[in-house]
Amino acid sequence: MIQLSGITKRYSNGFEALKEVSLEVDDGEFVIVTGHSGAGKSTLLKLIAGIELPSAGSVVVGGQSLRRLSPQAMALLRRNIGLVFQDHKLLFERSVFENVALPLAISGFSHKDAAKRVRAALNKVGLLNREKANPIQLSGGEQQRLCIARAIVNRPAILIADEPTGNLDSEYARTIMDMFKSFNQVGVTVLLSTHDERWVERYQPRKLTLVHGKLDHAGNEPVKPG
Amino acid sequence: MSTWWRHQGQALASALRRVARTPLATLLSILVIGVTLALPAALYLILTNLTGLASRLNVEPQISLFLSLDASDTEVQALQAQLQANPAIARVQFVPRDEALAEMKRVSGLADIVQTLDKNPLPHAFVVRAKLGSPEILEQLRGQFATLPKVDSVTVESAWARRLASFNAAGEKLVGLLSVILGIALLIVIGNTIRLQVLTQREEIEVGRLIGATDAFIRRPYLYFGALQGLVGGLLALGLGLAGIVWLTGSLSEIIALYAPDFRPQPWQLEAALLVTGGATLLGWLGAYASVSLYLAQIKPR
Repeated sequence: MIQLSGITKRYSNGFEALKEVSLEVDDGEFVIVTGHSGAGKSTLLKLIAGIELPSAGSVVVGGQSLRRLSPQAMALLRRNIGLVFQDHKLLFERSVFENVALPLAISGFSHKDAAKRVRAALNKVGLLNREKANPIQLSGGEQQRLCIARAIVNRPAILIADEPTGNLDSEYARTIMDMFKSFNQVGVTVLLSTHDERWVERYQPRKLTLVHGKLDHAGNEPVKPG
Repeated sequence: MSTWWRHQGQALASALRRVARTPLATLLSILVIGVTLALPAALYLILTNLTGLASRLNVEPQISLFLSLDASDTEVQALQAQLQANPAIARVQFVPRDEALAEMKRVSGLADIVQTLDKNPLPHAFVVRAKLGSPEILEQLRGQFATLPKVDSVTVESAWARRLASFNAAGEKLVGLLSVILGIALLIVIGNTIRLQVLTQREEIEVGRLIGATDAFIRRPYLYFGALQGLVGGLLALGLGLAGIVWLTGSLSEIIALYAPDFRPQPWQLEAALLVTGGATLLGWLGAYASVSLYLAQIKPR
């Protein structure tokens, strides 16, 4: 379970990205965070992933308050959270295979076990035949899928994606969103941000709407099937 | 295999890949380490050899008493009896002036000049070996002998050996001081090399942190890289030091043949070689640790 209580995030330049946000996300939920550009979607996801710390309030993930975690404990927690970034954050000095294998190397998997998992993850995102390629040789959609493969290879309990379809055309975007839905269907808690309301209608997730850093409670009811 | 060992293997492999990716920069760094360490290492080796050389020379405490030219045989015999009765003296050897002149002709190569002398300019002498050779006792005996009748001058012939020992002791301190100063310089050099590596790998470090890498995991390949550089640099310093002593021995071969013909230059002793390579490896490790830790504190995931 993820719990945010009275979260305010104020950056050093004085900008308040989030104001008094409180919410709970149960295990296995599929949550889409929507809102206009600058509404605080990315900040909210960063706070849950422990990339940022709140200026006020508390974030609890899996029963652990992130503010109290040591760097070591935070690193261990992050191994249980798959992160998909809008800018992918791929390593272009490493092959596709090595990019996906990195979280497993960090977790201490043997090369043999890691190779099995990497190929399974690449197969899941349709990149098995590109394992030796350099990420720079991949299209934008393929790079996004590679980022997803890296996020899921450790079989995390939580998957967080910030604008995963932001730079993709409609067809690629639907493929990517279908993947997230399929991960959710096997029990993974999925939180993703988007400003595209089409996905809310298509997948009927729990929808959280942010308006100028505050949760718009009127817009946060689960969307009923039409 | 345990996770810990697997992580060590991964870090070592990563460090070796880093060497392969940047061979020129690594080579330059190793050369800097090797040449910097070669100076104290070579000095240490020279001092070790000087000590060995000194031990082969006659360093038994020996005092020479040169008598006045007018000393009679009776006075010489009285003096000999007086010296032999001294409890601080182990052995007394009389060197008659004629014998000294003959020896001078034989050894010095001045036979022709000596032939031209109308009388023997050398005095009778006593060569005395003290039971104890501490500088204080020898100095005390010297003062005592100088007051004896018909004694013209007294020389303590181990003085030069003591000077050599003092020189060695000062040299050892110099080596220690140089090692500390150059060690600090090496820490900075290695730290800076690693800092540049960290900066070029900033992206990788950030991503690693985002996906659960601990600081220890991130730091480890750099530590191995620094230690590898130090190890190879240390081996290079050993080689340079050895080359230095061989060259120096060659240059001083005539002097060595004259004073210590059975002297052979000593290569590195195992302990000293381990100290140099181990020290260099440790410096590499420490330099990398300090550098990476400093920059990890600054690099935060966006």
